[in-house]
Amino acid sequence: MLAKRIIPCLDCDLAVPEGRVVKGKEFKEIRHAGIPWVLAERYYLDGADEIVFLDITASSDRRGTMVDVIKKTAERVFVPLTVGGGINSMADARKVFNSGADKVSINTAALKDPALINEITESYGRQACVVAIDAKRRYGDLAGHETVPTPQGKCWFECSSHGGRQFTGIDALKWAAEAEERGAGDILLTSMDRDGTKEGYDIELTQAVSDRVRIPVIASGGVGSPQHILEVFQKTGAQAALAASIFHYGEYKIGDVKKYLKENGIHVRV
Amino acid sequence: MIAILDYGMGNLYSIKNAFEKVGAEARIVTDGKVMREADGIVIPGVGAFDSAMKKIAPLRDDIIDTVRSGTPFMGICIGMQVLFEKSEEGNSEGLGIIRGNVVELPENVLVPQIGWNELEIKKHISLLNGINDGDFFYFVHSYYCVPKDEPAVCATVEYGKQVTAIAASDNVCGLQFHPEKSGPKGLTILENFVGSVKC
Repeated sequence: MLAKRIIPCLDCDLAVPEGRVVKGKEFKEIRHAGIPWVLAERYYLDGADEIVFLDITASSDRRGTMVDVIKKTAERVFVPLTVGGGINSMADARKVFNSGADKVSINTAALKDPALINEITESYGRQACVVAIDAKRRYGDLAGHETVPTPQGKCWFECSSHGGRQFTGIDALKWAAEAEERGAGDILLTSMDRDGTKEGYDIELTQAVSDRVRIPVIASGGVGSPQHILEVFQKTGAQAALAASIFHYGEYKIGDVKKYLKENGIHVRV
Repeated sequence: MIAILDYGMGNLYSIKNAFEKVGAEARIVTDGKVMREADGIVIPGVGAFDSAMKKIAPLRDDIIDTVRSGTPFMGICIGMQVLFEKSEEGNSEGLGIIRGNVVELPENVLVPQIGWNELEIKKHISLLNGINDGDFFYFVHSYYCVPKDEPAVCATVEYGKQVTAIAASDNVCGLQFHPEKSGPKGLTILENFVGSVKC
């Protein structure tokens, strides 16, 4: 039986030499957590099942830094490495794979050109393409959308692009199904409503997407404690849980979180 | 020196990095002559059976000869599958170094299998020193090997049915999972292989 995965996510600003891991997508109080490959190695040794790097560099001045960061990480980290952010074409994806990444995560580029999913999976295999979906609840204009009942009433989920700065009108539940059909290996599902809140994952969203696809769903956005990770595994079909800040500042250690999950009946690699 | 055979099936840097991490001298090799000088040989690779066989064809004689000479040999993922006689995935003839076929994963599970699964050890070989039942390894595959000779199966995982994870015969072993992506336990297996090379 496959184990549920715990995946630390490192949001990387590559505008400085060596890059730096910054806190989440909320830029209001930026705290620097460390050098990407140093943190990645620490998480690997602590039992991470996979590592995700997300390039959130605001400026375009990052050429070469990501390649260097991936190479240094691949020398030290012996679990799958996923790289996302700013991958807009097959050429961008190839560069990331050639540096030593095992998977790419694509979001905006896939929304613009869904065939990019097919192109990547045909060359590198299904496991190599993660489609990231940033979804936000919408309670009005339900017509034509797949709706989900929530305590606040029925809602649908809208995909956002460009790191949450733009909204697309695209139905996230329909898009997840299309991404699977085109060959995506995982859906990295972030709740825009919960991201940065530490209130827990969006259970309704995660359940709705895992009900509609047969590929693994990685729950993301809102985790503030190990209990939230347990909750998302108990209440939804998510195969993996992504977390960032709870690991970065030593609040929780991955090994301890996995032990806690195992004690509560979740099948994890410890 | 451990030769990692580069026949054009995927990125080999992870496997090279992993061997270097356990202290081995590893070289990515494209040439059959260089391969013949190696102390141990690894056939890695991701992709489809037919294209793997097509690309590996020019090295067939070098591979068969080095296997016969007793050089420790490791196939990983598609590099394991090409060691067998045939695959349901394609029409090409395999290398036939281990007797048996490659078949598709059962229909009642998600294909490909992608993720960490628990090893069930069937037969203890030196490659498994320091590895226990229930240790997890990272799998990415749609087909799996069924050796004709039962004793060749050293470890399995449960995925719809018992799926061969490690097969071995004499100096040759095949791993369906990716030891270079399987954390410290994966490195232990590579270290054991390096150990067998040095003896």
